[in-house]
Amino acid sequence: MAGVTVQDLHIAFPLYHASARSLKRAVAAATSNRLREDAQHRVVVNALRGVSFTLQPGDRLGLVGGNGAGKTTLLRALAGIYEPIAGHVVIRGALHTLLDTGLGMNMDLTGRENIGLRGLYAGLERAAIALLEDDVQAFAELGGFLDMPVRTYSSGMLVRLGFALATAIDPQVLLMDEWFLAGDSGFMAKARQRLEALVRKAEILVLSTHNPEVIASWCNRVLWLEQGTVRMDGAPIEVLEAYLGHPVEATEDLLLSA
Amino acid sequence: MMTGTPLTASPTLGAAEPILDLLPDAPARRAGQALNDLNASLHLWRLCWKLGWLDLKLRYRGSILGPFWLTASTGVMVGSMGVIYATLFKMNVRDYLPFLTLSLVIWGFIGGLVGDATTCFTQAAGMIRSMRMPFIVHAIRVVLRNLLVLAHNVVVILAVFAFFRVWPGINAVESLPALLLWLVDGIAACLLLGALGARYRDIGPVVASVMQIIFFITPIIWKPDLITHGRQYLMFNPFYDLIEIVRRPLLGGTPTVMLWSAALGFSLLFCTAASLLFMRVRARLAYWV
Repeated sequence: MAGVTVQDLHIAFPLYHASARSLKRAVAAATSNRLREDAQHRVVVNALRGVSFTLQPGDRLGLVGGNGAGKTTLLRALAGIYEPIAGHVVIRGALHTLLDTGLGMNMDLTGRENIGLRGLYAGLERAAIALLEDDVQAFAELGGFLDMPVRTYSSGMLVRLGFALATAIDPQVLLMDEWFLAGDSGFMAKARQRLEALVRKAEILVLSTHNPEVIASWCNRVLWLEQGTVRMDGAPIEVLEAYLGHPVEATEDLLLSA
Repeated sequence: MMTGTPLTASPTLGAAEPILDLLPDAPARRAGQALNDLNASLHLWRLCWKLGWLDLKLRYRGSILGPFWLTASTGVMVGSMGVIYATLFKMNVRDYLPFLTLSLVIWGFIGGLVGDATTCFTQAAGMIRSMRMPFIVHAIRVVLRNLLVLAHNVVVILAVFAFFRVWPGINAVESLPALLLWLVDGIAACLLLGALGARYRDIGPVVASVMQIIFFITPIIWKPDLITHGRQYLMFNPFYDLIEIVRRPLLGGTPTVMLWSAALGFSLLFCTAASLLFMRVRARLAYWV
């Protein structure tokens, strides 16, 4: 059974490569309480401060919050990329992440080569990688571009490739940043079908976005992050209303999922 | 419960569900975590190989010769040096040129590997930040990439040896265990220099300068017999020991037990230092790149 448990998670980044010290001091003094100097006089950004939540199969969690609220950092911490400074994270189930637009793809390699690498990363055999290629090809509709360097793709094509790739390997827990919205509307409908099929298999989705409509139609729970802490956690409609500061129009989707 | 295990997204029915259990870094768990990383990396050897191969392929994509440009440029360098030495310095190149070719190719491998090692993790920043992956994968990738470059340059050595009709004979196989030792040291170098290079961005230029000095103080373009006084001190240069255990068998000689012991001793020290550093910084690498 897939599951996500996050207990009192803290993530902090030391800024080693920041330039002038005076500037650092000025910034540290002027901005929020999240920048501070540690014992060795390094500037540290406290990206997440004591975040806790638990997700069950079927949960579709949306992360909202302003720029720098810690949404992407939280996704990376869930993916095991940033190991906790304090606290505890447990993820049960095969995990896939759609974070950067680059998705860890090598922009100079072709789509096919990137699919091959992803397949090898997932520990697939040659035959399984061939199937993966077919599946991604069919879903992403890249045509001849599959054998072109990814660098030559439009952003929409890149999104289609990344989305197809991440969902083709059948993750039980899918972590997604908002960039996937760059797809055209036809693709969004398809993506939605595929994602819903995933979630129907009692899997977990964590999605970070700025767009309330996306949250309203894709998620059944929302976490509002502010300055690295959980400001509010609950049903989409309540959290969104509090976050946006005005009533949200209850769409059909929202009523279905809430 | 396993900690920090890598993720494989191939859920097969009945198979144990992968669990990712992340706790703050603690000294007591570091050795286990590093071993898990090594184990997971070795399981991903096909990925390492593909990454290393694609790196090389990419560098020469679109060119006519492809990776054989490596062979061609080494060939041109050695060929022109041969002509210059023979005509200008009236030197008997029959002895010297096979030695020089072998040494330059060997040094090309060592120098290239050490240089790449400093950017081992920073170069893979995109991958490191987008998915959880064992870190030693990146080290193995760099070593394999350089091994492939070496393989392309071996052609030049064979050509020069054939041209001068020098054959090392059966002794040559003695260089194989030495090459194996190089690969282990190479991974250690990537972990050590890669971690330092991720944390301190000055490491790259510093290492490049140091390697320049080492190139001149190590018998690479000059033969060890050139030193008359203090030849016994050459032993204390780890690069000399490591080069000799590969080079001597390929020139038809046999490395002394002393040489092998020194090479193994230095390697042990180096690998221990690299392991200790890697254990200490593994959990921080993603924050640094």
